[in-house]
Amino acid sequence: MEKVVFETAIEIKNVHGLHMRPAMQFVDVANQFICDISVSDGVKVVDGKSIMQMVILAATRGTKLKIKAEGPDAQEAINALQELVESKPFIDPDSDG
Amino acid sequence: MEIKKGIAVSPGISIAKSLIIDSEDYRIPRREIKPSQRLRETQRIRNAFRDAVEELTQLEAQQNQTKGSKIKDIFAVHLRFLHDRSLRKRITDLIHSELVTAEYAVSKVLREIAAHFSSVKDTYISERADDIYDIERRLLRQLLGKRREEIENLSEEVAVIARELSPTQTAGFNKQFVKGIATDAGGRTSHTAIVARSLGIPAVVALEDLTEIVHGGDTVIIDGNRGIVIVNPDNETTQQYEKYSQEFLELEHKLDAIREKPAVTRDGTKITVLGNIEFPEEAELVLQKGGEGIGLYRTEFLYLSSPTEPTEQQHYEAYAETIKVLQNQPVVIRTFDLGADKQTQSKRFAPEPNPFLGLRSIRFCLQNLMLFKIQLHAILRASLLGHVKIMFPLITNHQELMQAKMILRDVMEDLDDESIPYNRNIEIGIMIETPSAALTASTLARDSNFFSIGTNDLIQYTLAVDRGNELVSTLYSATDPAVLRLIRTVIQDAHKAQIDVAVCGEMASEPDYVMLLLGMGIRAISITPPMIPEIKQIIRSVTIEDCNNVARKVLSMNSERQISNFLRNAARKILPEAF
Repeated sequence: MEKVVFETAIEIKNVHGLHMRPAMQFVDVANQFICDISVSDGVKVVDGKSIMQMVILAATRGTKLKIKAEGPDAQEAINALQELVESKPFIDPDSDG
Repeated sequence: MEIKKGIAVSPGISIAKSLIIDSEDYRIPRREIKPSQRLRETQRIRNAFRDAVEELTQLEAQQNQTKGSKIKDIFAVHLRFLHDRSLRKRITDLIHSELVTAEYAVSKVLREIAAHFSSVKDTYISERADDIYDIERRLLRQLLGKRREEIENLSEEVAVIARELSPTQTAGFNKQFVKGIATDAGGRTSHTAIVARSLGIPAVVALEDLTEIVHGGDTVIIDGNRGIVIVNPDNETTQQYEKYSQEFLELEHKLDAIREKPAVTRDGTKITVLGNIEFPEEAELVLQKGGEGIGLYRTEFLYLSSPTEPTEQQHYEAYAETIKVLQNQPVVIRTFDLGADKQTQSKRFAPEPNPFLGLRSIRFCLQNLMLFKIQLHAILRASLLGHVKIMFPLITNHQELMQAKMILRDVMEDLDDESIPYNRNIEIGIMIETPSAALTASTLARDSNFFSIGTNDLIQYTLAVDRGNELVSTLYSATDPAVLRLIRTVIQDAHKAQIDVAVCGEMASEPDYVMLLLGMGIRAISITPPMIPEIKQIIRSVTIEDCNNVARKVLSMNSERQISNFLRNAARKILPEAF
């Protein structure tokens, strides 16, 4: 089977960074796809489907992340995650978010 | 094979496989498993995650209805963690690679993650460490909760090993299968000790790090007579203990017959054998074992078992319960002996540098008059329910005794004012447990109705030895000539003043020392209830003439070693199976 790999670079824009709630939204979206998803801050590479690892990444505001998807629905996964992070920023019920 | 020494709190010997009860309230120690147990432990992890998810899902659903969005969010995040495959994998990997228990693996992995969060500079993330601890506790509760159910449904004999046991943990104990108990923490007054004694299960406490040494399923010998626990004994030790156990059971059986018989020497001298207790529930045990009253009722539990100071009514009810069980047999209530122990030191604002020489016992009471008067008020109010006596501990000089008696008179006047009846002629005695009290016994006797020699403290203060300190504990001995001379002085002065004198320290419950004490003139002893039948048996096997000869010889000896060897041989001749 042909190996499908897609990548994109994003920047974290919300005030508190990729803390619990945004991380939760991120992994919820990531888990809708069957492809493998990894996220890198240039130092660490973590599993984009694991909330534990995403929180450990501790991406604060302004952090640039690289998202990499490998698998049949990689393209759709990348699009959905990019949209979550950039086009429609994380829904942050805290008004300061 | 590893041998641990602790405090024996319930007699008997058990040899059984260990069952360890960890608690989510304490750090989970690293505990190894056998390779064959890996699958079982990973299955336990799966079940714990599954049940924790179920529990959280329900909690989250309840929040939906109440619209607590913040809390709902927290539960949602926790659920994501519980669904996180990489988290679960990290835990099961640890079980496989390091062969550790599910509890330890959960605790280790989640604490590592929490530590990582805490180290992140961003406070928003570092504060999330609390969420991780919360998840850890939820998983541990699942794992340990199932353990507790297991204990309630045991089908094979086990020795229960725990850091400390709480009432909820011991409530389901089945005597048929729980053969022994050993804990890291605890003392004679701990919940474990009381439960073990009342169920008749051998128990040893204060073993410090036992739970970190034992692995589940290890064979463990619990020697509740000597306060020893042996982990993974070799064949020789096991055989030796099987023999001890058999002998102990045979002796118990034989002593059953003695309980109803009086404690009289072969030449017809009556000895009064009383019991030492801490809790009202133990009063019944004294009678069951053939005791004729309570010679030392320790009252500290009222203070130590509650975060707040006991009320007068709580005192009264505890005393009344005990006195009613004893009917008209004597109950000697010792006033608070607080101060030097851990609990009171930790409650203190600034711990004392040398608490055993500090504000303890009667000194503490004389400086905390409210607390002291509340207790005396309750004792006096209970004094008409039976044969009650009051005993003041750790008197070091005559003035202290006079002060304590003056306060007692004050409280009597209060009761008169309140028109509450009490026994005006209540007997007032003191414990002789310091060299100064022993040496001035003739003076103290003028203002006391009785003496009770507390050998534990008397030995410690005479020989300047802390027996809990293993560097010097071998110097601690009841048979040191200095200790024996003080005891003899006290007995002689009491006889001259024609007041009663008893021994209530541990020395009196040592079979080796019975003949010596009788020979020195003791006619009443107060001991831990399980020892009553054995000591009675010895009393019934000796004559006062034999005892006088033993005492005369011992008092002419100058070495502790020589005395203890001589006494052991003398006792062996009387009751060989007890040794």
